[in-house]
Amino acid sequence: MSELTLTVMRLGFLAVLWLFVIVAVQVIRSDLFGTRVTQRGSRRDANRPQQAARQTAPPPQRQQAAPSTGGRQRRGAPTKLVVSEGTLTGTTVALQGQTISLGRAHDSTIVLDDDYASSRHARIYPDRDGQWIVEDLGSTNGTYLDRTRLTTPTPVPLGAAIRIGKTVIELRK
Amino acid sequence: MSSSTNTPTHHTSTIGSIGAPSRRNTELALLVFAVVIPVFAYANVGLAIDDKVPTGLLSYGLGLGLLAGVAHLVVRKFAPYADPLLLPLATLLNGLGLVVIWRLDQSKLLQSINQAGNAAPRQLLYTALAIALFVVVLIFLKDHRVLQRYTYISMVGALVLLLLPLVPGLGAELTYGAKIWISVAGFSIQPGEFAKIVLAVFFAGYLMVKRDALALASRRFMGLYLPRGRDLGPILVVWAISILILVFETDLGTSLLFFGMFVIMLYVATERTSWIVFGLLMSAAGAVGVASFEPHVQTRVQAWLDPMHEYTLSQAGVQDGVVHSEQAMQALWAFGSGGTLGTGLGQGHSELIRFAANSDFILATFGEELGLAGVMAILLIYGLVVERGIRTALAARDPFGKLLAVGLSGAFGLQVFVVAGGVMGLIPLTGMTMPFLASGGSSVIANWALIAILIRISDTARRPAPAPAPNPDAEMTQVVRP
Repeated sequence: MSELTLTVMRLGFLAVLWLFVIVAVQVIRSDLFGTRVTQRGSRRDANRPQQAARQTAPPPQRQQAAPSTGGRQRRGAPTKLVVSEGTLTGTTVALQGQTISLGRAHDSTIVLDDDYASSRHARIYPDRDGQWIVEDLGSTNGTYLDRTRLTTPTPVPLGAAIRIGKTVIELRK
Repeated sequence: MSSSTNTPTHHTSTIGSIGAPSRRNTELALLVFAVVIPVFAYANVGLAIDDKVPTGLLSYGLGLGLLAGVAHLVVRKFAPYADPLLLPLATLLNGLGLVVIWRLDQSKLLQSINQAGNAAPRQLLYTALAIALFVVVLIFLKDHRVLQRYTYISMVGALVLLLLPLVPGLGAELTYGAKIWISVAGFSIQPGEFAKIVLAVFFAGYLMVKRDALALASRRFMGLYLPRGRDLGPILVVWAISILILVFETDLGTSLLFFGMFVIMLYVATERTSWIVFGLLMSAAGAVGVASFEPHVQTRVQAWLDPMHEYTLSQAGVQDGVVHSEQAMQALWAFGSGGTLGTGLGQGHSELIRFAANSDFILATFGEELGLAGVMAILLIYGLVVERGIRTALAARDPFGKLLAVGLSGAFGLQVFVVAGGVMGLIPLTGMTMPFLASGGSSVIANWALIAILIRISDTARRPAPAPAPNPDAEMTQVVRP
């Protein structure tokens, strides 16, 4: 085999090997940013009318954050659940109409590693109107929405803190 | 699912519909790429050595492709949302390893000293077994959280696996190197490779329960959180065990791997830098202490500090009761003669390393024939595997899964560091093998199982809509409390 062919093959092989690494990194890139870009795009679309609304009339904006008032609800609907305090800080779950169970039990959607949490502590689910409801499942130490301890299933306003032991959860757009 | 309109009077409710794509087709494309590269390498080796395309090209390519295809189909069926990169990366490493093992099989020198000959077909068989285990793990391990139940059984299992090589009659009687093999029915097995996975399960389960005590009860001193004396218990026990491994199995790599994995997981679980400082100090003290009286470890350290001296002694055939090893020097020469772009596949002389050229020292062959550029690519591929593991840990929604993923990928990365560092002369040589690349059944089987567990965790973590909790009366009834 001629020297030239072997040299070409040698360099070609290195090139192919690096190409694989680059393609793999591209896949990671799309994994990191791909979904977020689309999300951001849709969020921007959703935000734009709100910003306009904020400039013209601030009070309705506040009203929008409050639990479902008819037409406001669609824009104010949360898309994700974010853990903002506790050991799982930063964890997000996309809200897609599924029931989210919280507790120390291994099969919970969000497994709380918290001495103050019960094994089946609470659940968060959408009612028929798409309003998200938090319900305490008879936990020992209780579930708090802002400062009040929950006794009945309660609608969750956007951005309100749901506190379970040391973990704080909120719904965000 | 995105919008549900019940009655015209109700407004449409938009509940986030950004479903994570399953990415299985991306995986398939990358997998095809990952099979084509080793086939190209195989043809390249044949052309360089015999001037013709090797006859086994088709069967080899089909074999690797078939194994990769089976693995892909199983992932598609049983872990549809798994990370798209783990499987192709592992396949590429495994395929490249097979090619270089086959290339060393062709060497007349290695054949004459019974160091090679038919290692490649055997390795292909081991790979098939490994893929079978991969499939079994993915099918039967439906949820990684099940492993949490076996925390303390894992501890016992890991200890048994670690101690097996010391059992008389079971431990392989090797005059050279570390005592980390056992021989069962004619096969030599390295139980440490499996212990790595089992131990990660134990550490994850244990630290999940105990981490608050380890993290919170501490005093602050000079910017470091000093743990209470009684909380030092676990780290002292693991340290003692790893020192015992070092003393009795004379293997620095295994002991470093286990202690390092524990320290990494302890750090991740407690977020306390002091554990890293303590871990580094303890492992340094332990290694230095043991090296001062253990002859085998001493030889390794000697060969590390002054490889050239050992080489000349070995060439001169000096018999002073100490085994002199020329491998370290040979490996360095292999890297050196490779240069930046390498000599080309099949055109190096790394068979001069002789002993363990296709297992412990396989990276030296890559260094010689692919050069710095190739070794960098390979190390990056290892890095990507570790990165995907850590990414899986970040995405996991349960602490056990987080810790397990960190532990497994940490152990994987640490093993690569220990082996590559040893071969390149950064740290003393150890008896461990490069995951996926090196010839050896236990290593390839255990590492495929490790990848399977990571794939399972990533599938659970990336699954967009977790299955709704079973509550048949959820929306229908309202709970009324007094």
